[in-house]
Amino acid sequence: MNLAVELAGLRLKNPVLTASGTFGYGVEFAPYGDLTELGGIVVKGLSWEPRAGNPMPRIAETPCGMLNAIGLQNIGARRFVEEKLPLLPWAEVPVIANLYACDVEDFARLAEYLAGQEGVAALEVNISCPNVQAGGVLFGQDPAQAARVTRAVKDRAGTKPVIVKLSPNVTDITAVAKAAGDGGADILALINTLSGMAVDVRTRKPRLANVIGGLSGPAIKPVGLRCVHQVSRAVNLPIIGLGGIASAEDLLEYILVGAWAVQIGTANFLRPDTAFRIAADLPQLLDELGVTSWEEFRGALA
Amino acid sequence: MPEDTLMAAPAASSPVCREFTVSELRRTGSESGLASPGGAGPDHSHWLLDLELPEGFPGEDGWTPGQFVMLRPVSWAFEPLWARPFSICMLERGVLRIFFQVVGRGTRAMSALRRGDRVVVWGPLGRGFVVEPETPTLLLAGGIGLAPFIGYARRHPRPDQARLFFGHRPEIAEYPLDLLPKAVVVEASRQTCAEEMACFVGDLERWIAEYAARQGLILACGPHPFLQAVQSLAVKHRARTQLSLENRMACGVGACLGCVTKTTDQALPVKVCTQGPVFWAQDVNLGGAA
Ligand SMILES: Cc1cc2nc3c(=O)[nH]c(=O)nc-3n(C[C@H](O)[C@H](O)[C@H](O)COP(=O)(O)OP(=O)(O)OC[C@H]3O[C@@H](n4cnc5c(N)ncnc54)[C@H](O)[C@@H]3O)c2cc1C
Ligand SMILES: Cc1cc2nc3c(=O)[nH]c(=O)nc-3n(C[C@H](O)[C@H](O)[C@H](O)COP(=O)(O)O)c2cc1C
Ligand code: FES
Repeated sequence: MNLAVELAGLRLKNPVLTASGTFGYGVEFAPYGDLTELGGIVVKGLSWEPRAGNPMPRIAETPCGMLNAIGLQNIGARRFVEEKLPLLPWAEVPVIANLYACDVEDFARLAEYLAGQEGVAALEVNISCPNVQAGGVLFGQDPAQAARVTRAVKDRAGTKPVIVKLSPNVTDITAVAKAAGDGGADILALINTLSGMAVDVRTRKPRLANVIGGLSGPAIKPVGLRCVHQVSRAVNLPIIGLGGIASAEDLLEYILVGAWAVQIGTANFLRPDTAFRIAADLPQLLDELGVTSWEEFRGALA
Repeated sequence: MPEDTLMAAPAASSPVCREFTVSELRRTGSESGLASPGGAGPDHSHWLLDLELPEGFPGEDGWTPGQFVMLRPVSWAFEPLWARPFSICMLERGVLRIFFQVVGRGTRAMSALRRGDRVVVWGPLGRGFVVEPETPTLLLAGGIGLAPFIGYARRHPRPDQARLFFGHRPEIAEYPLDLLPKAVVVEASRQTCAEEMACFVGDLERWIAEYAARQGLILACGPHPFLQAVQSLAVKHRARTQLSLENRMACGVGACLGCVTKTTDQALPVKVCTQGPVFWAQDVNLGGAA
């Protein structure tokens, strides 16, 4: 079957994207596969200024998952555009910039700059930063704030699709999803990491210097599926599903609950050719299952 | 500033990911000795793991000593989640050899591998040690930090220029020193108590001062406190010194930013997996690394 999907004007040759923060700036994975075989590449979260991130240790293993408190270490949007983007085959595979800021004005500035780059196909907005102006609540936990940020980004993104990436750390994810839709989001991506912690009884210390971090990996797949399932029934926008996907079968589970495409995150660490292998495995699995089109299969939960 | 400014020795070839087959696993040293009965806690046993080189993986000329691989038995499925980093001990005649110590659940599971088991490996990764054939070179190894130096000494065009000063806690029979070329002079010292430790640090300083005076090259690999000691002595005696760091890693390819260490002059922390693991001693700030 034809594997291509189109989400709000974003054309993907297959539904396999990589998740921000788990695929570096893309170039790190070039030795392990042909980047142009992927549906798209979402790069490490970019802020306006370079960020040094949190102190070490900032990653810990948990059962079938991991915790991270990287603190968005990145080289900054300008250096990404100058040094990394030219190395990516962006003419053949959509490169999506994931952006991150702590106030609305910064989000807007960053969106305008990145959307203005020819090699950037779409923007993905990470609304997991605590909004200091509103008293430390994450943008993504407050529907009104989520709508404001989305609107600010959308207004400066020109014709480039805006993806809003939602946090599962909320009571009702559909409320934030609707708010992002009201703010002008073209596409929703969910989920980001689950808030968690790990402790060492021998040292009596938290395993992360930052104490709390984001849980990801196969352990969170049930949560991701639930969120996509709920949001796909509440909001009429294309959804990119993610959380714990490590195989072509996992990918199809997400499509069944309503996703249009997926992102591969932590599984890229299990072996660096994971995303390429999933893209390569997909045709045969679809064949086996007798699937002939995405439209027929998407959301077709029995 | 380009990410390459801290470069120790450049990578010899670009890394690949392949499935390897276990051809041999053998325990070094005595079977009795240190193994703790009942499987409670780490047993600290040492093993040599031989993997058959599959097609497409860089061979003898495709790596630099000090480089490492990420290794993950296929049977792990999702538990443990991450692969584990190991120095390339030897890569010769179609065999990739790892020398490892059991410290936790991943390495314990590795010690139960059998001939024919499949293991996913990606590498060669990172930047290895510099090789200066005509320079007197002092290899400082602490415990399992011996692993990369076996490959280093075997690949060195003038092994007679290399000298190994080796500090260890388990008995010496645990370590495959017989794999070193005969021309390498080895001095080993065992530490089992605080006094022996103090004595070891004293010896370390003597060696470092001597090689600094000879304009020699000093290379070190071992536990974090050992590297901190070497670093401060190297700075004190202005010795040309490289350190191989062993930070916790998830991806090994520079994507997760989990392995970083602070440097003395760059604003952003550097990735040990791709910008290291080998650094010049004056460039890294070991105080902040875990
Ligand atoms: C570049 C590099 C090269 C290495 N080369 C070798 C080698 O040749 N032979 C070898 O035996 N080991 C080597 N190591 C260390 C090895 O990766 C760890 O011992 C291993 O990951 C531990 O896995 P585990 O599941 O058994 O331990 P875990 O169950 O994850 O942890 C058990 C204990 O080991 C400690 N530990 C975990 N990871 C590391 C680490 N990366 N470095 C030091 N301590 C750690 C933990 O703090 C904990 O106390 C290397 C590490 C790096 C980064
Ligand atoms: C080490 C690490 C770094 C991450 N960095 C970012 C980031 O910069 N921006 C972002 O939106 N999400 C980031 N994420 C979240 C992932 O993109 C993804 O939403 C999450 O890991 C769940 O998917 P997974 O279970 O497939 O990993 C990061 C995740 C990990 C593990
Ligand atoms: S281990 Fe992932 S960046 Fe170094």
